[in-house]
Amino acid sequence: MDLNFSPEEIAFRNEVRAFIDENYPKRLKGKVLREDLSKEDFLAWHKILGKKGWSAPAWPKEYGGTGWTATQRYIWLEENARGETIPPLPFGISMVGPVIYTFGTPEQKQRHLPGILSGEVWWAQGYSEPGAGSDLASLKTRAVREGDHYIINGQKTWTTLGQHADWGFFLVRTDTSAKAQEGISFLLIDMKSPGVTVRPIKLLDGGYEVNDVFLENVKVPVDQRIYEENKGWTCAKFLLAHERAGIAGVARSKRNVERLKSIAKAEIGDDGKPLIEDDEFQRKLSELEIDLSALEMTELRTLAREQAGKGPGPESSLLKIKGTEIQQRLTELTLEAVGNYAQPYPRGLGGNEFAVGPDYSSAAAPVYFNWRKASIYGGSNEIQRNIIAKMVLGL
Amino acid sequence: MNFDYTDEQNAIRDSLSKWAQQQYDFDKRREALKSEDAWKTNWATFAELGLLMAPLPEEYGGLGGGPLDVSVVAEEFGKALVVEPYVPTVVIGAGALKYAGSAAQKEEHLNAIAGGERIIAFAQAEPKSRWALNDVSTTAKKDGAGYVLNGQKAVVIGAPQADHLLVTARTSGGQRDAKGISLFLVSKSAKGVTTRDYPTMDDTRAAEVYFENVSVGAEALLGAADGALPVIERIVDEANAAYNHEAVGCMRMMTDLTREYAKTRQQFGKPIATFQVLQHRMVDMFMAAEESYSMALRATIKLGESDEERAKAVSAAKVSIGKHSRFVGQAAVQIHGGMGVTDEMRVGHYFKRTTMLDATFGNVDYHLRRFTALNQKSAA
Repeated sequence: MDLNFSPEEIAFRNEVRAFIDENYPKRLKGKVLREDLSKEDFLAWHKILGKKGWSAPAWPKEYGGTGWTATQRYIWLEENARGETIPPLPFGISMVGPVIYTFGTPEQKQRHLPGILSGEVWWAQGYSEPGAGSDLASLKTRAVREGDHYIINGQKTWTTLGQHADWGFFLVRTDTSAKAQEGISFLLIDMKSPGVTVRPIKLLDGGYEVNDVFLENVKVPVDQRIYEENKGWTCAKFLLAHERAGIAGVARSKRNVERLKSIAKAEIGDDGKPLIEDDEFQRKLSELEIDLSALEMTELRTLAREQAGKGPGPESSLLKIKGTEIQQRLTELTLEAVGNYAQPYPRGLGGNEFAVGPDYSSAAAPVYFNWRKASIYGGSNEIQRNIIAKMVLGL
Repeated sequence: MNFDYTDEQNAIRDSLSKWAQQQYDFDKRREALKSEDAWKTNWATFAELGLLMAPLPEEYGGLGGGPLDVSVVAEEFGKALVVEPYVPTVVIGAGALKYAGSAAQKEEHLNAIAGGERIIAFAQAEPKSRWALNDVSTTAKKDGAGYVLNGQKAVVIGAPQADHLLVTARTSGGQRDAKGISLFLVSKSAKGVTTRDYPTMDDTRAAEVYFENVSVGAEALLGAADGALPVIERIVDEANAAYNHEAVGCMRMMTDLTREYAKTRQQFGKPIATFQVLQHRMVDMFMAAEESYSMALRATIKLGESDEERAKAVSAAKVSIGKHSRFVGQAAVQIHGGMGVTDEMRVGHYFKRTTMLDATFGNVDYHLRRFTALNQKSAA
């Protein structure tokens, strides 16, 4: 048993650290709120990494992955958190990409993987519906086969950043008579197709991070279906397992603990001393740090299992639950640390042109409200518990 | 980075778990607790299995292993609810000898520990010291070449079985001064040592130990006079690291037992394991046990780092495991329903053991304060 990095791993860390320092756009360092970012901002780092061949470290090498070990990928995430980069969005790299290289035809791989790797094509997710959230398999968006096309009708929702999307991956019902999970297919849809309407949804933080997507007689060629007809649920489950694996966000949370500490040093507590010396605050901060250590160690154990070829099992649900709980506690404690200057909320009017109070204060409340999403998305934390109960504990 | 145990460590785990199944199952253990001498047979087995020599230096009869070997033993001991004083003897007693003992002291005592002929109890806590390691009222006054000890030690785990006592005593300074504390290894049969033996909540045996003008020679002093606190902190951290793994063994058993019980217990016409509210609680128990193992392992691996890193990792683990084990224990009893509060079911005994461990060498609040103080120190 040995938790130290080998000399090769340390050399690797130095290499990626230097690359990030030299190549990450300075103007984008440390941005924490998505509504402050343009489409180009989101894609800037992704495109740089695409040129370098580092945009998809977890992919198999033959499809454009880096061939890094699990430890190297861990180092990569740590260094990106350290450099406060905006990571490539997950919809292409972590979600649809793995589905395409695992289940797609050679033509589909050739057509779509390069754009995902380079960041040229922006992908969006069409999974949830107004009536199908945690019970995803009850989805009703209908795809009717007409010759070599499907005609799609229905509504998707919570499509993150769909307003920028070029393409989307959708779960649609192709058989209404089969059992819920057995009549679903996985389709790739060009978002510019006639009949696709994207409507942004305003959220608690004042921003427009997610969208409704309306599909009205949208014509989709059959060769844009991934895997077999009515076997889309297999792709969906595969994708959700992949999504969960990276969801613990340990490296980012460690960075945010440091941010929180610097805020707590700058803020003055009720007794006139720096907040960081306040007993109650310190206690909460220590508990948070301790729980984050536990999560990190658990993630490392999972990585080690993965490295040994055992793959991310249903235990990754644990990482999702604990990771998001910690992310939320961090936003909560940051809000508390900022005190009364967390209250001004110019974003509520749709603008962010002026900051009242210290620099770090204006994002505290919107970030807190925004991150309530974490325990809901990717399969709510209650659904994750159902998964562990069934798959790990056999209940 | 790798998380693999060595072949030797896996072998220790296997032989110990086999022994526990055959010789230390719940009924045999219960019988043994009624007898005054049954522990001696078990101790001899520990010696035969190499558990006592595993972490000791090779030049003194040991196998040269380390904290990870101890952690494997402790986890299995947790699962089997072993009450014999392994940690006081092998981690604390042998640890004090390793870090502070002279060659002659090591020669005499470590070889005896390895062979199963020496059992040491740690006479450290006092009636009013709570968990403060620097709070020492027991005195050791210089008397010619030797010392004379006076004072009372509280809840000395394993003292009824021990033949020697590792005693913290004040050779100078005030009651809570960091400086002025010394370590003595004293025969329990020395004149003036008396004990009042009793069981603890988890069927472990302990004693109040009284020293009344106990004369010891210079050879009883371990390390330099007045300067023992750093060694005491180190061996207590190592003991806590081992106990953490024991708690993990207990938590794993509680989650398994509860799951099995919930699958068989029928109410409202179906197994109670089908109720989502209980499923989610059992998932939380599972997660608590997994995170506890992560923290226990992290602390064990960091025992070799600087004093500060070691102390932070151990305190972090104590906080995490103290909270988790209380939750797991209470939930396990709750899901067992009325059966959970009976003496007959094993599950409650694990709950008692983890409750005991939480209050051993500092509870959650104690370690949260210690962690915070160390954190602020390293930030300053």
